[in-house]
Amino acid sequence: MIGRIYLDNAATTGTDTEVLNEMLPYFMESFGNPSSIYSFSRDNRIALERSRGQVARAINAEPAEIYFTGGGTESDNWALKGAAFARRGSRGHIITTMIEHHAILHSAEFLAGMGYDVTYLPVDEEGRIDLKELEGAFREDTFLVSVMFANNEIGTIQPVSEIGRLCKKRNVLFHTDAVQAVGHIPIDVKAMHIDMLSLSAHKFHGPKGVGALFIRRGVKIENFIHGGGQEKGRRASTENVPGIVGLGKALEISIQRIGTESARQSMLRDRLIKGILETIPYARLNGPGEDGRLPNNVNFSFIGVEGETLILDLDEAGISASTGSACSSGSLDPSHVLLAIGLDHAHSHGSLRMTLGTCTSENDIDYVLDTLPAIISRRREMSPLWEDFLRNEKKVTI
Amino acid sequence: MYSDKVMDHFRNPRNVGEIVDPDGVGQVGNPKCGDIMKIYIKVENDIIRDIRFKTFGCASAIASSSMATEMVKGKPLREAWDLSNRAVAAALDGLPPVKMHCSLLAEEAIHQAINDYRERMGLEPWKEGPGHFAELEEHGH
Ligand code: FES
Repeated sequence: MIGRIYLDNAATTGTDTEVLNEMLPYFMESFGNPSSIYSFSRDNRIALERSRGQVARAINAEPAEIYFTGGGTESDNWALKGAAFARRGSRGHIITTMIEHHAILHSAEFLAGMGYDVTYLPVDEEGRIDLKELEGAFREDTFLVSVMFANNEIGTIQPVSEIGRLCKKRNVLFHTDAVQAVGHIPIDVKAMHIDMLSLSAHKFHGPKGVGALFIRRGVKIENFIHGGGQEKGRRASTENVPGIVGLGKALEISIQRIGTESARQSMLRDRLIKGILETIPYARLNGPGEDGRLPNNVNFSFIGVEGETLILDLDEAGISASTGSACSSGSLDPSHVLLAIGLDHAHSHGSLRMTLGTCTSENDIDYVLDTLPAIISRRREMSPLWEDFLRNEKKVTI
Repeated sequence: MYSDKVMDHFRNPRNVGEIVDPDGVGQVGNPKCGDIMKIYIKVENDIIRDIRFKTFGCASAIASSSMATEMVKGKPLREAWDLSNRAVAAALDGLPPVKMHCSLLAEEAIHQAINDYRERMGLEPWKEGPGHFAELEEHGH
């Protein structure tokens, strides 16, 4: 074994040393509260605004349109509930998709419980929504469309610009959960007609517990966290200055290397996909082929194998990955994303997600390709489901 | 999250495989998460001489299958029948609460294999005790 191979970068990433060094002074030397008026706090205020500028530049927004939050989940909650509550009593209709992150799905369910109507758009077998279907879902009282930029499980990138255009035409707010996309693929909120966008620092080598919500100037959304006057009175709580500094720096670095990194990771991704298809029988790629897929996402189903066992076997071999198997989820339900793209229970059971990162090397990929086939075939050999599957396959081919 | 014993039985499951000419076979599915277990037994003088299993399921399901087969091998059928999933879980130094249902798979598959054998012998199949279903309820299916 050659050290640990971390292939769960969609779950979280480690903080960059350069980012950490940038953050450190704000824990001890410059610990002042940015709201205080003495000169000692000046540095902190400047640092906050520098970070706001870095985030704004990364997505082509204005600094005044960036609000720092406690992470992607808070940003998603704020966008949905804030837009809904801004309607002051009149309910209305929200359109989202079946494959959103739970931060969106559970917020939408919460609002549905309060009397708002929610439409969950289905997706095709690659995980993409149908624009015609979106057009057909608009109602007189639709006030918000929330569609994720790229999916965290299967890596599907949505036709965001087209969605933005449709929403603009109808004067409906467009929010996108871009937690998996920011820092990984280019985003331009102006060109893409995005009104609100959620992002999270720890998905691109920033610290955990800090994120941002982009709110286009003029968008009406209700405040979500009430308290002091921070973030122009829209998001109370003393600013997490070190975290915010880390967010800005991490994003700046990610944007600097976005071209080379996405090309490099796409190449490794395709090498991994091709290798698995060549060496493991009945491997099913979940999500799109090369086009329209996040550069770092690989997701397969291996019929006959259960995902949790796969993760533990890989862990023993020094590889960290994840699964959408029912057995590994606390609720014992299979991944809603895999079901939405039409997988049966047996296939969603045997799903394996590997998400690459800046530290992933060609050697890592080759090691996975050397290790995985034996793990799969050993577990398949002790699987009655695999036995049944093979028997049926033979019947079909005879 | 798993005990060392669970991990040991998961990594190196005992009694994996099939018996070519079995005296009894049991196959059960788990309604909770869709897992499957299949058990083969070879019986001599009312004693389980050999037992093999195949399991599609999580580490807890595989470890429970492995442990359960070890516990009933060489035992009289009645004793094997009385092995509860709780005893299997205890022998594995415990299972996480959400994973208790996985150990039921082994208990049920053994019951089925035994009754399959009894039917082949022209004997009346044994009935599940009342406690069994209480336990199913408890683990919330
Ligand atoms: S077999 Fe599915 S959770 Fe154990």
